[in-house]
Amino acid sequence: MSLTHETIKETLVAQFGDKILSWEESYGMACITVQADHNLKVLTFMNDDPTMGFQFLTDLTGVHYPDRKGEEISVVYHLHNLKENVRLRMKIYVPVEKPDVYTATGLFSGANWMERETYDFYGVNFVGHPDLRRILNVDEMDYFPLRKEFPLEDQTRIDKDDEMFGR
Amino acid sequence: MLEQGNIHLPEGSIEKQTTTLNLGPTHPATHGVFQNILEMDGERIIKAESTVGYIHRAFEKIAERRPLYQITTLTDRLNYCSSPLNNMGWHLTCEKLLGVKTPKRVDYLRVIIMELSRISDHLICNSIVGVDTGAYTGFLYVMQYRELIYEVYEEVCGSRLTTNMGRIGGFERNFSDVAFQKIEKFLAEFPGVWKEFENLFNRNRIFIERTVGTGAISAERALNYGFTGPNLRATGVDYDVRVHSPYSSYEDFDFIIPVGTTGDNNDRFQVRNEEIWQSLSIIRQAYQKVQAFKGTEADVYHADAPAYYLPAKADVYTKMEALIYHFKIVMGETEIPAGEVYQSVEGGNGELGFYLISDGGRTPYRLHFRRPCFIYYQAYSEIVKDTMLSDAIVTLSSLNLIAGEMDA
Amino acid sequence: MSRPVRFNMIQKDFSDLGINNVQLPEGHTGEGFFATSLEKVVGMARKNSMWPLPFATSCCGIEFMATMGSHYDLSRFGSERVGFSPRQCDLLMVMGTIAKKMGPVLRQVYLQMAEPRWVMAVGACASSGGIFDTYSVLQGIDQVIPVDVYVPGCPPRPEAIIDGVLRIQELVQNESLRRRTGEQYKALMDGYGIQ
Repeated sequence: MSLTHETIKETLVAQFGDKILSWEESYGMACITVQADHNLKVLTFMNDDPTMGFQFLTDLTGVHYPDRKGEEISVVYHLHNLKENVRLRMKIYVPVEKPDVYTATGLFSGANWMERETYDFYGVNFVGHPDLRRILNVDEMDYFPLRKEFPLEDQTRIDKDDEMFGR
Repeated sequence: MLEQGNIHLPEGSIEKQTTTLNLGPTHPATHGVFQNILEMDGERIIKAESTVGYIHRAFEKIAERRPLYQITTLTDRLNYCSSPLNNMGWHLTCEKLLGVKTPKRVDYLRVIIMELSRISDHLICNSIVGVDTGAYTGFLYVMQYRELIYEVYEEVCGSRLTTNMGRIGGFERNFSDVAFQKIEKFLAEFPGVWKEFENLFNRNRIFIERTVGTGAISAERALNYGFTGPNLRATGVDYDVRVHSPYSSYEDFDFIIPVGTTGDNNDRFQVRNEEIWQSLSIIRQAYQKVQAFKGTEADVYHADAPAYYLPAKADVYTKMEALIYHFKIVMGETEIPAGEVYQSVEGGNGELGFYLISDGGRTPYRLHFRRPCFIYYQAYSEIVKDTMLSDAIVTLSSLNLIAGEMDA
Repeated sequence: MSRPVRFNMIQKDFSDLGINNVQLPEGHTGEGFFATSLEKVVGMARKNSMWPLPFATSCCGIEFMATMGSHYDLSRFGSERVGFSPRQCDLLMVMGTIAKKMGPVLRQVYLQMAEPRWVMAVGACASSGGIFDTYSVLQGIDQVIPVDVYVPGCPPRPEAIIDGVLRIQELVQNESLRRRTGEQYKALMDGYGIQ
């Protein structure tokens, strides 16, 4: 294991400076927060740079924090350097009014559906995505169901007593 | 009379026409709810468009409303061919967040169950590949022996398919003698059956010709698409979560990662076959390791973590402390640290990841499942492009797509 | 070379092998004749030659595989022929969660089946939505198509699925020939908006 968390941090800070907003380690995985409009630059750098080599996109998902004003929607990337076997988590935050994020489909073909899913759940607008449509839900759906303000339960049920089920 | 010979038509007098074929979502050959809209030129596929979401059940939204234990039942229904793998992946995630350390014996028992479920997963996939190439016999033959695995599950947890097996920190009870006997029975009977199954296919000309060279994907493309598991290994990349990020004491076991070369249907079939043999060997090793525990050590089946491990029912009825813990755990009132955890296990189809964000409340703030099926299914339209329709069907089944896992 | 021929003249007793012949319906027997109502004969014939259409979407489908497999063997009950074309089948077995996106597809499959047709909802999800009381799941398939038999379980054991098939057989045997043209049935279909 030659690629340590310190190396990653130093390389990234040297390259991007204050665009790397925060750095933390939790449960053995390094996690960086990047300025939202720099996500693609950082991803490309980590993909191309020979010392970094994060060329495998493990996961891409969204999180909704309704209480954080101005950065309600978070997009989380899990990257993996398969050669050195190092994992890295990268986060960006965007406001819910204008959730524009650059797409990673140019780098990872696998990001295509993951971004569509994130759009479907949270309404993140991936700029430059080739085919940004709903993927899991019906096209007619007019809200983004995983945002915290929307209810889980099926609203068409009539056999449940609302008082008993707390809705 | 026209002379016998070629008929020459003026250019442009016949329009090249393509047919649109709707395959699915309930087509019998798709083994699940996948829709593919294929544009066909005769038998050749020009373009394929996949639609998913026909069994979207909103797992991730449900998980935001459920205490940790109640999420186990959801994970059962992800990849229902290998439910215990998902259960244990989830429990490992919780243990990582809560800082619970499991004893070695629990790890080995888990390994036995996880490898059994990997066998049942690969067994279904490979026999279905057989069905799709026209060999129903293999399927009917090995399905009978899958019941042996289910009997072990039943003995351990009482359920067959959606097992809800185990607890955070271990199992809800110790493996009985009958359970070990059943594992022994499986280890004695299954290898012969599987050898016969292999012989049915590996020297079968129809099967070889249907699978070799069809549905191939290169290692670069597979990595770019985020393939994991047997499908990635069939392309020649030896990435296995069990080896790269060992969990549940997998580092104590000696096994090899089978890899293919071309990433075609036959390679995927062979990799799964070989993995079944490796799993059998791992189960044997784990079984011996478990048998080596004697005396009081042989009674260890859960970690000492009273705040998270559900107490035994008998204790709940008789002891005050157990009742309190039971109540707290069931109601989700236990102290859960805030934090973010990513834990992955080698599922039947690849890296099954759990990304858990906890804010210290009774339920996860956010739980995301990294479902390998969902990620690699998007490569399907690229794989089947310019192949025959019949090959596309075999490709679909040899990728081992599980609709429940894909749509979550 | 002539083959040995055995004429099937004598009623053989297989009961010690666990094989039972179908019982004769009620009727009048006499010298060289047997008289019963057409309804009973049709019911008997239909009952023992159901063609199931498995509409398997998730977990219950895997249990159905076990049911069809050699261990449990649904074929023993006259359902050997699992058809995948709705036009040929008369028992729709819905196994697994039906999402709202899938609802119209299920309805379409039902409409494509010819009368008489029966529907069996296998498992909690198909019967009521099961544990998935969510925005995306249809809360029971009886919201879009009429159901004859519900099989509980999540998933039901193969024995339970076989029990469900036996219940369907009971319904099929005792069904009046006039039911499908009657007013009540028409009202039921109208309730689902099916002509």
